[in-house]
Amino acid sequence: MRFLETFFNPAVIGQYLPDIIAAMWVTIYLAVATVLTGVLLGAGLACIRAANLKSVNFCIIVFADVMRALPPLVLILILYFGMPSVGLSLSAEVVIWLVLSSVLTAFAEEIFWGGLTAVPAGQWEAGRATGHSKFQTLIYIALPQAVRMGIPPLVNRILATTKLTALGSVIGVKEILSVASSAQSFSGSATPLTMAAIAYMIIFIPAVIASHWVERRFSYKM
Amino acid sequence: MSQHRAMLEIHALEKRFGQTEVLKNIDLKVREGELVFVIGPSGSGKSTMLRCCNRLEEPTSGAIMIDGARITDIPRRDLDKMRLKVGMVFQGFHLYPHMTVLKNVMLAQVKALGRSKAEAEARALDMLDQVGLKHKADARPSELSGGQQQRVAIARAVALDPKVMLFDEPTSALDPELVGSVLNVMKDLRQKGMTMLVVSHEMAFAREAADRVVFMDGGYVVEQGPPEEVFGNPKSERLKAFLSRVSGTAAA
Ligand SMILES: Nc1ncnc2c1ncn2[C@@H]1O[C@H](COP(=O)(O)OP(=O)(O)O)[C@@H](O)[C@H]1O
Ligand SMILES: [Mg+2]
Repeated sequence: MRFLETFFNPAVIGQYLPDIIAAMWVTIYLAVATVLTGVLLGAGLACIRAANLKSVNFCIIVFADVMRALPPLVLILILYFGMPSVGLSLSAEVVIWLVLSSVLTAFAEEIFWGGLTAVPAGQWEAGRATGHSKFQTLIYIALPQAVRMGIPPLVNRILATTKLTALGSVIGVKEILSVASSAQSFSGSATPLTMAAIAYMIIFIPAVIASHWVERRFSYKM
Repeated sequence: MSQHRAMLEIHALEKRFGQTEVLKNIDLKVREGELVFVIGPSGSGKSTMLRCCNRLEEPTSGAIMIDGARITDIPRRDLDKMRLKVGMVFQGFHLYPHMTVLKNVMLAQVKALGRSKAEAEARALDMLDQVGLKHKADARPSELSGGQQQRVAIARAVALDPKVMLFDEPTSALDPELVGSVLNVMKDLRQKGMTMLVVSHEMAFAREAADRVVFMDGGYVVEQGPPEEVFGNPKSERLKAFLSRVSGTAAA
């Protein structure tokens, strides 16, 4: 009884359900924006890296290394609390989106680049020998294979990064965790946190299932 | 054959990789509709010579002419167009694993040659029919045997209407029972008048289908002539040694 009272208090659920549902949309919105930006920019950077321009590649590698090395929370705090003093204030949502997409871009770039380097040289030669330009060979022949090789690690990275939207609670983004923890302090009940856990599962369990489908759909024997 | 013009001409071709001189002085002519066979020990530069003919490798010096056009000094931006005229078949097939067989044969027709999708598809199906694999159009390369994959690779190259076809050991990666189907496709091509330069060790096929056999060793063309001559009456010691080595292994 005590357990149900603490974690599944009906009155608290009724009171905070609308807030939690609204917060779910914020989380979904941030996650989708992060995935689209990160995956597209990551693929773009990997393609640019394939052009083999020394100074450009140096910048890409530095970006990818820094973004993968720094804890995202550090970047979030710097952007949110530091940038206004140099005259650039960004909304909390924009900060979360910028930081998480940059982190995902860095990981996606490394994953796609790894895939590109694993495409056998013969694939490039077959492409070039049949009259495709270097760019066409990259886009139609090498990149699709790199993407397929990268899907399993990419899916893991996407799930890990999108869950970091919870860091928005630190700077007041009205996403699930932040709404739930303020509800918890107002109500003095742990129930909103249970609701948050369920809300995350409602979002991410289908995402995990979809990821299995994507992995199956795009896998093939070499 | 001698009245036919040269379709592929190699003049004083040299190729160095750093300090190693791989092709020392190659002269070779393939006339229109001719099938020229290239044999020689491993490492003698056969692949490198073929790869210079579509500039997958950059020749160090010398000239190569395709259908009268000098391809050795065209600028890089015109390379893609030139390569449409030179089909190449690799030992390892190199089909695109993420596409169906049909899409494999269509891709360059659409993207490199600029044919419409419908036209490319019709041509691809026709080519697949010619190599006996129309029923595999919707299969993935991984679902085909090596011999079938190589026939698709030939269809993919020929669909672009090249002037010359280069074959680099097209049957060396195949199980013996699959070699015949690929050679039959090549014989068919020859009958249709395709000009072909073939690196291979299928000596029986050379005797049957080649107009000329070229023996390369150490970066030179050492000897060439009709198959009966080259196989029946080899002049140089190096060719004699080579022939006795391969006939020994071929018999085994
Ligand atoms: N890209 C390369 N870089 C350095 N050496 C090479 C390269 N390609 C081929 N070679 C060398 O050139 C020689 C001839 O190779 P190749 O043309 O493949 O001979 P073949 O096809 O007759 O066996 C070999 O000694 C090989 O090691
Ligand atoms: Mg070779």
